[in-house]
Amino acid sequence: MLSNLLHINTLWVMASTMILGIAAGGIGCLAYWKRQNLMSDALSHAALPGVVVAFLIIQEKNLLLLVIGAALSALLGAFFIQWFSNASRITEDTAMGMTLSVFYGVGVMLLAIANRSPGGNQSGLNNFIYGQAAAMVRSDVITMIALASIVILIIFLAFKEWKLFLFDANFAKGVGMSIRGMNVLYTIVLVTTIVIGIQAVGVILMAAMLIIPAVSARYWTHSFKMMILLSSAIGGLAGAFGTWVSSTGSGLPTGPFIVLTSSAVFILSLLFGKEKGIIINFIQFKMQQRASQKKHPLAAEKGGSQ
Amino acid sequence: MTSSVIRVDDLSASYQKNKVLNDVSFEVKEGTITAIVGPNGAGKSTLIKTMLGLHPKLTGNVRFWGSPFKTAKKKIGYVPQRGSVDWDFPTDALDVVTMGLYGKIGWFRLPSKKDKEKAMNALKKMGMEAYAHRQISQLSGGQQQRVFLARALAQDAELYFMDEPLAGVDASTEKAIMTILKELKSNGKTVLVVHHDLQTVPEYFDHVLFLNKTVYAHGQTEEVFTTDNIARTYGGDMQWVGKGDQYVIQSSSH
Amino acid sequence: MTYTMWIILTASLVGLSCGLIGVYLILKKQAMMADAISHTVLLGIVLAYMVTQQLSGTAMLVGGIFAGILTAFLVQSLNNLKVQHDASLGIVFTTLFAIGVILISTSVGNVHLDVQHALMGEITFVPFTTMDIPLIGSVPKATAILALVLIVVIFFIIAFYKEWKITSFDPALAASIGIPVIFFHYLFMTLVSVTTVASFDAVGAILVVAMLITPAAAAYLWTDKLILMLFLSGGFGIISAVAGYWVATWLNTSISGSMALMTGCIFFITFLLSPKHGLISRWVRPAEVREEA
Repeated sequence: MLSNLLHINTLWVMASTMILGIAAGGIGCLAYWKRQNLMSDALSHAALPGVVVAFLIIQEKNLLLLVIGAALSALLGAFFIQWFSNASRITEDTAMGMTLSVFYGVGVMLLAIANRSPGGNQSGLNNFIYGQAAAMVRSDVITMIALASIVILIIFLAFKEWKLFLFDANFAKGVGMSIRGMNVLYTIVLVTTIVIGIQAVGVILMAAMLIIPAVSARYWTHSFKMMILLSSAIGGLAGAFGTWVSSTGSGLPTGPFIVLTSSAVFILSLLFGKEKGIIINFIQFKMQQRASQKKHPLAAEKGGSQ
Repeated sequence: MTSSVIRVDDLSASYQKNKVLNDVSFEVKEGTITAIVGPNGAGKSTLIKTMLGLHPKLTGNVRFWGSPFKTAKKKIGYVPQRGSVDWDFPTDALDVVTMGLYGKIGWFRLPSKKDKEKAMNALKKMGMEAYAHRQISQLSGGQQQRVFLARALAQDAELYFMDEPLAGVDASTEKAIMTILKELKSNGKTVLVVHHDLQTVPEYFDHVLFLNKTVYAHGQTEEVFTTDNIARTYGGDMQWVGKGDQYVIQSSSH
Repeated sequence: MTYTMWIILTASLVGLSCGLIGVYLILKKQAMMADAISHTVLLGIVLAYMVTQQLSGTAMLVGGIFAGILTAFLVQSLNNLKVQHDASLGIVFTTLFAIGVILISTSVGNVHLDVQHALMGEITFVPFTTMDIPLIGSVPKATAILALVLIVVIFFIIAFYKEWKITSFDPALAASIGIPVIFFHYLFMTLVSVTTVASFDAVGAILVVAMLITPAAAAYLWTDKLILMLFLSGGFGIISAVAGYWVATWLNTSISGSMALMTGCIFFITFLLSPKHGLISRWVRPAEVREEA
């Protein structure tokens, strides 16, 4: 176990999933306040056809090019979701469900074609789609760390702009911010995070890296700034810890362990969180009830006998 | 002496940490038509929902004809706020009205011709028979509200709860709805209406209940509908200005 | 029946059952719940396998129903605890799916339970596993189960037609006149799970979402009548299934992927051309005129 931990490649992979977790945790907060938690799920599935097309063109696994293919495809998916829900009575969640499943279907079709084509490293492609951080090589790790760092930089540098944009877009417009510009930036940052994350956790579980840390952080703070910091910390921790666990056995998948780590943090937050955690809430409810009953002992009796 | 239809004792309810209803107690007599008024966030809708078991109560007791909601619900009709449903739902006006009868039709059976006739009659009463087969998304706001009212009429209840039935409707709909409410009253039915427009209270309602988390005043309109009670319920900065038979509420800070 | 006919029949059964259930998914605004359940059903199947040590159809159905109801229950519970609805969905399904994948990669090991297969489905294998049914003869197992599920789905849709309608349109009214809204919620989620599990072999976890949502969404843009929407959606499901098979044979690629693509094509054509709610209708009649009484 220890030798595994010290293995240089494992350390590199851990570093990259940690930075990915930090970026995903941060952008997850933006998605949370934009009420678009499941958008990440839709976009990660929508990335599949782009990945396969990129692979079919270059015939080898080059992370940067696959990521570009994935991003284009996911952006197209985002465009369809917007278009369907704005221009018809289709609701956003229906539009997301359709886009993710139909894009995924196209991806599966293309994948069947790619698997037939001679040569090429299809197993590398499958690792990419279903997430196997351990299969990443050095150049993948560097690409991932670089892109994730840019995302983190954008989130933290434009922190107060995000806050304004998410809290009161109309007001932001009033003070001269470009809402369209912010939306474009948001979508680009979101898509970038998702497509670089696919490699580590797979298309299906990517959404968890954005959603779970953000919701967990919500239980500890009311401040947007603290929420982003906390969410990033949880994401980073889950990324590193999950990767480490999966590296202790052969053939263990990375993504599920990262997800379960953050789920564990979520359950702890749900129970013990100081803002609206279950235990705090229960105590407050009981105190309120007792206070009301004290004032009207008679009424309480009647209410209790019902 | 008319008997009391509703009896609420020390009802409290909360949304998370915020208590929205606090020790609400009142009685409603049969054949009355009561306006529930109060500022935004006073818990008017929550009061109705809590009484009908659609929102959990913290403490207290609600009785209809002396029995709990469960045994009385066949005699109670509820008109939710218009915004509470999706009007893009694929159905027509007559069908929505027929839904009011689903509780009585019973399991595994579709609405009969008689049920449809009943629904059609209710639509007629609201002046909506021409729109019976119109898709509900094609109706105007006022027409949608009339469909909701017709649905409640079809339920043929003894007691009606209506959540802001006059909000955002045109003048002719408002008139049609008030005619029906008066008719219900004269047939001995009891009606509780969440109402937002203080100006029309004396004209439309014989009882009024001032609510702001708790009951500030309750009784016959001519007795309790006073400047004093309005000011107390709405907070000190509200002023009531009487101009002949017109009443205007002004914020004194203006 | 020939091999091809069995595949087309199986695909059509998937299209029809999913199309019918999908209508209510759309109207209840639970489209993403289908996505969640289709993923967590994997955990149910793994658990069923661990308990019975075999992959029988019945065990899979029971496991899938269990996982579906568990998902719906957990999402509802988190939602009651004030977690945003879509966030609850995201947390529950990814967590349960992660548990499923870990179980497969550790304890179940290298037995015939391939995640990739479960996710993509492989309808071409369906005719190879057959069972004998009296009077009818040898029938592919997956096809028989799908036929049974279709009958169950149709039975429940007809039997509770008015209850489904009122609980979808106005749950508050339904509750106030004494219809058990919660019971119907879970019954519906059970039907979604059963349909998903039965369609698993044929189209896989993610593409079943396409079959569930997309034909119903297209039907929703064609009509304002519930009964017509059900027929249209079922019809679109069948057309997508058959056309998908045809396209897949032509391009020599995945049948389930092509079926999903066909649902997408039908929706897209509808979205552009539907006379009622399509883009074209909006250009022709720019502002919808609402008549005042």
